[in-house]
Parts: sequence; C-alpha cells; structure tokens
Amino acid sequence: MQQFLESYLPAAPLVVLVYAMIPLMIILLYALFAIWFERKVAGHIQDRLGPMRVGGWHGWSQSIADLLKILQKEDIVPAKADRFLFKLAPFIAFAASYGAYAVIPLSSEYIGSMIDVGVFYFIAITSLLSISIIMAGWASNNKWSLLGAMRTAAQTVSYEVPTVVTILSVIVVTGTLNLMEVTEMQSGNTTLGFLPNWIIFHSPFMLLAFVLFFIAALAEAHRVPFDLPESESELVGGYQTEYSGMRWAVFMLTEYVDLLLLSLIGVVLFFGGWNSPFGSFMDGPVWGVFWSVSKAMVLVFVMMWLRWTLPRLRVDQLMNLCWKYLIPICFVNLILIALWEMLF
Amino acid sequence: MFKEKGPDVTFSQPVEEADGLKTQEMIINMGPQHPSTHGVLRVELTLDGEIVTRAVPHIGYLHRCFEKHCEAMNEYPKVIPYVDRMDYVAAMNNEHGFAIAMEQLMEIELNDRVEHIRVIMAELQRIASHLLAVGTFGLDIGAFTPFLYCFSEREKILDIFEKASGARLLYNYIWIGGLMNDVPDDFKTDVSSFVKTFRPKIKELNDLLSNNKIFLVRTANVGVLPEKVAINYGISGPSLRGSGVKWDLRRDDPYSIYDRFEFDVVVGKGEVGTLGDCWDRYIVRVREMEESLKIIEQALESMPDEGDVHESIPKKIRPPAGEIYSRTETPRGELGYYVISDKSTSPYRVKARAPSFVNLSVLPAISVGAMIADMVAIIGSIDIVLGEVDR
Repeated sequence: MQQFLESYLPAAPLVVLVYAMIPLMIILLYALFAIWFERKVAGHIQDRLGPMRVGGWHGWSQSIADLLKILQKEDIVPAKADRFLFKLAPFIAFAASYGAYAVIPLSSEYIGSMIDVGVFYFIAITSLLSISIIMAGWASNNKWSLLGAMRTAAQTVSYEVPTVVTILSVIVVTGTLNLMEVTEMQSGNTTLGFLPNWIIFHSPFMLLAFVLFFIAALAEAHRVPFDLPESESELVGGYQTEYSGMRWAVFMLTEYVDLLLLSLIGVVLFFGGWNSPFGSFMDGPVWGVFWSVSKAMVLVFVMMWLRWTLPRLRVDQLMNLCWKYLIPICFVNLILIALWEMLF
Repeated sequence: MFKEKGPDVTFSQPVEEADGLKTQEMIINMGPQHPSTHGVLRVELTLDGEIVTRAVPHIGYLHRCFEKHCEAMNEYPKVIPYVDRMDYVAAMNNEHGFAIAMEQLMEIELNDRVEHIRVIMAELQRIASHLLAVGTFGLDIGAFTPFLYCFSEREKILDIFEKASGARLLYNYIWIGGLMNDVPDDFKTDVSSFVKTFRPKIKELNDLLSNNKIFLVRTANVGVLPEKVAINYGISGPSLRGSGVKWDLRRDDPYSIYDRFEFDVVVGKGEVGTLGDCWDRYIVRVREMEESLKIIEQALESMPDEGDVHESIPKKIRPPAGEIYSRTETPRGELGYYVISDKSTSPYRVKARAPSFVNLSVLPAISVGAMIADMVAIIGSIDIVLGEVDR
C-alpha cells in the first residue's frame, strides 16, 4: 500500500499524510452512517420508523443535515470555564480514539503503523480518552459535568483491567503483540472442518473471553448499560453538559469512533480481522477492508441493540460488577486458556 | 430538617482528612431544568461524593393561582377547565372529583349511564396516567424503549377521549351534574377492543422492564418508604399502597358507583426487596392497570344504553350556602376538594388537597443516603405531577 502511494505521490510527507488519513475517511463515512443507523435501529426497536424524510430513501441524509446544523451553531464557552482546557478536551478525546486506529490492520495491505507492541500501544492510547473526559468535566465548571467526569475516571480505570486481561488471554494464544500478525495467524485453514480459523473458535474459554471482552468494551465505550458518564436522566449530560455545537459534535463523533474502534479490536482479536469467513472466497486486500468493517458493524449493531433494550446500572453496581465478578472471572479464564495452550 | 435556608455552616466547613487532603460536601441543584424531575421541581441536594446527605425540594415554579382563579370565575362550570390543568396527565379524574364535590353540595342525583361513562373514563385515564408514570420511570432508570411502548398505548386511550370530548389532554368533559355530551356510538367497541389489545401489552412491559435484572437491582431496596412513615406523611395512592397499606378510596370510601364493581386493591409485597421500595411502588401501578381493566370490563357490561347525559345538569348552578369536602382516588392518590359556597354563582373558596404535593413531602425523609441515580428513581417512583404540586 505504501509503495503504491509512493509511486503516485511526489513527496514522502504527502505519502505519510495520505496513508494516515485513510482510516479518517473510513470513520467519517462510518460516523455519518452509524448515527443514521442508530436512529433507524432505535426507531424500529421502539415501534416507529426513525428518520424518513431527509434525502428521500429512509432519510438517508439525516446525519448530513444534522452535521450541517451543528456546524452553524453558536460557539459557546461558559463564562467561568477554563477556556483553554474546555476547547482542547474534545480534540484530545478524538485524537486518542483516532490514534488507536494506527495499529488496527484494516486489510492485509493496510495497517497504520506496523509496530511490535501494537496491543500495548492500543491499551495505552485509549486510556487518554478518560483524561480528556476528566478535562472536559473539570474545565466546564459545572457540577454535573464534574460528577460525570468523576464517574468516567472511576469507570475507565476499573474496566481497563478486564479489557486488558481478556486481550492478554488472546495474546497467550497468539504469542505476539503485533495485531497484523495476530490477524495473519487466523487466516487459512479451518478448525473442526467448517469453522474459520478464528481465535474465538480456538477453545471454549475463548468464547467466554470474548463475552467478557465485549462487556468490558461496552463499559469502556460508555454504552448502555454502562453509560453513566453521560447518563442524561441523572447527570443532565454528564461531561457534555456545557458543550454545544461543533465541540459537542466532536465528542459525539468520538463516541461513535470509539464504538467502531472497540468493535474492530474485538474483530481483530477474536473474529479473524480482515480474513474472509469463507476461506479464500472473497479474500484479498480490498475485501479485507470490507470484512473487517462489516464484522465490526455487526458488533456495533449488537451494542446499539443493547442500548435500546436495557436500563442503566448504578455507579456502585458498575464497580461491583467489575471488581467482584468480571475481574476474577477474567483471571480464572486467563489461567484456563493458558492451561489449554499447554495441554493441546 | 426541612427548613429552607442557605447552606449550613456544617456544609461549608471543609473537613481535613488524615492524609492532609480536605473534603467538603457539595451542594447541587437538581432542577428546575433537569431531565428527570418530571417538570420544574428543584431539589437542593447536598452530596458527599455521590451520596445524598440532604435533599430539600423547592416548589412553586409552576404556581398558577388555581384557587384564586376559581374564586374569580363568575360561574361554577368555568372552574372545571382549571381543575383539568392541575394534574394534566389525569384530567378526567380531576374533573370527576370536582363534579362529585359539587353534586354532593347541590344534592344532584345522576342517572346510571352518566355514572358508568364517568367510571369508564376515569379508569381509562388512570391507565393512561399509570402508563405515563411507568414509562417515565423506566426512562429515569435509563430504559428508553418501554417509555415509547407505554406512550403508544396511552395514545389509544387519548384517541378514545378525543372522540368523546374533542380534546386529547384537557377535556372539560365531566360537567357538574352530567357530561359535556354523550359518548359516540362506537364508544363501547372502541373501549372493549382497547381492553383486549392492552392485556398482552402489560405482559410485554413486565418482560421488558419489570423483571429486567438491571431494573431490579436499580429499584429494589431503593427509597424504602416504611408503612409508618407513609401514613405519618399522609401519602396516598399507589405510593402508599406500595408500602403495603391497603387503602383505596374506591373501595374504602366508595364514591360514584365504585361499590358495584369487583376489583382488588393492589399492594406492594416487597417481592424483590424491602417492602415499600421503588420497585413496589412501580409494580403497584402496573398491576393497578389490570384492575382498572377489570372495572372497565364490568362497567361496559352493565352500562345502560338509554339515559340523557344532560338530564341532571342544573340550568343555573347556584349551590346552597355551605361547605363540602369530597375526596376521590386519582392515579396519584387522594384528591380532595374543599368548596365553600356563599349561595352565589361562583365559589367563595376552593381548596384542593393535591396528592402529588403531599406525596412529594416525603422526599427528604426517604432520600437521605441514596445516590444521585437513586434520587432520580425515587422521584420517578413517587410519580409527581408538578402542575398539581404547585397548582
């Protein structure tokens, strides 16, 4: 991919820029789609139609119209807010989410940065997100924002543990932290004759590991039933209370980007990343992007489905779930997976 | 405890902890613009982290001088629209109560058809109101979808009301001595088809929300209102029955023709937690909807086809001098009207004992030690309508 770009583009910095922008194109398109899709999913779950007017067919351009509206909104910074941090926070949030895309192999020919500590980098950079949220909550100078930010700090720090441990249990199997290599290991021959060679089918404990990972990822992405930081019926808007217009849109974008990111990492770690589910059929660099994004979209859909079905946990129950149940189960599961690896 | 004043000295004094850090309680205003206070309630919360150490409700943001307006009306029937606007999600029940008070004062006897239509309307309104209460309670807990399911059912009831009265929210349908007009011809079929389609929806609601594990842990053992406290504060309606007190004016002090119908008074049993917790108050409302369906079915059966709804409406409403206190069971509890007549065409004094107002008074007592998320659940489970609290 890089060589392909080099042959067309004159200068090396330009190559790097274009190369780095590819996921941005994908996620911006994805975000427009996902916001529309979420509204449609919500609508149909709730016995209504969702947006139907804008653009003709099932309101397909609703999110474009919303985006244009948001762009025209007045730029408001609360009088007593910490202006610098207030303005900075949404962009740090987005940067943290976007930065993590660097190590996600979108296809066999495309990975932002082929580093050997990909998983480690991923875990580290996604932690930045909570800092930006605390920043937003603190800088807003609003008590509701502050409470939302406090909750986020507690939630993210707690749920990073089960996320990391479940990721670690995949690493036990793959033996590498490079996500491209993790994906390559899952291509080719099939397990049990008919199942693809994906890590989730590797052992029964892997299935459990995925469920645990998914729960923890829901909490990391602040989705229902773990959407406490922005729980609108309690904390008004949580850390987003004082944000409006473009900066709010960036937070919104980050939320959806984060959703895709966690789904993508789930796909890479458990569902064979860019590998086609049909062996060599529909396999290739371009199909790779299709497969990784569409597999991720399935997980995104499940997250949306949960969001419009479940109520929300309370903050202490959230902590209980994490520390008393998820983390012990994750560690036991890690040991079982390690034993399985030793024995088979 | 309930004195309204500025921050106490005890709150603003930072406490020094052993490690040299200072901690301080935070005072935060929940409302009047807050998504979950069901209107313009302001609750002044004193927080220790997320734990509420003191909650003081401040009311009056929706005060519309109901009582003074009633005195200024030159005719009694003009009071009815004002009554509608108190508990605006259960306007029929408010009208019913006021009409009954006036009829007692003037000693008007009604024919059976009027009574039956009134009871059916009141019970339909109770279902509509409970649907709103249950739906928004789910919304408070974070479940968005049941809210819309409830609203689509409520919509069907509003359609029935619209056919009868022309209005969807504030009806001015039940008049002193009768009704605004007779129900349309297909009223019976409309109501019975609603009753038929609505029963399975209650089960659906129970599957989706009432027995949801997350919903249970969020509402069980939260905001426990013991029987004694409930009685001492004068709580009424589903909030009282949620604490296990079997008290329902429809059964214990029957008005209209409620003594003719068979129905149970649903009380909380503390099935999933402590007796009188938020879940009990919630489930009482859900089960009361089924009881209301029973009443509607019986009333539909015994409703006479003949009868003039304008028959007993007096030409000029000029009650004899005197006073009356009459109470009825609205979806929110015991709604009492105290009317003094000075033999003129307008009331000398009207006082409403609003159940929401009384029920809200218990909030400070049961919310200490709760978390912010619980506060939302408690306010939702008491089911207040600010229009009625402030009047």
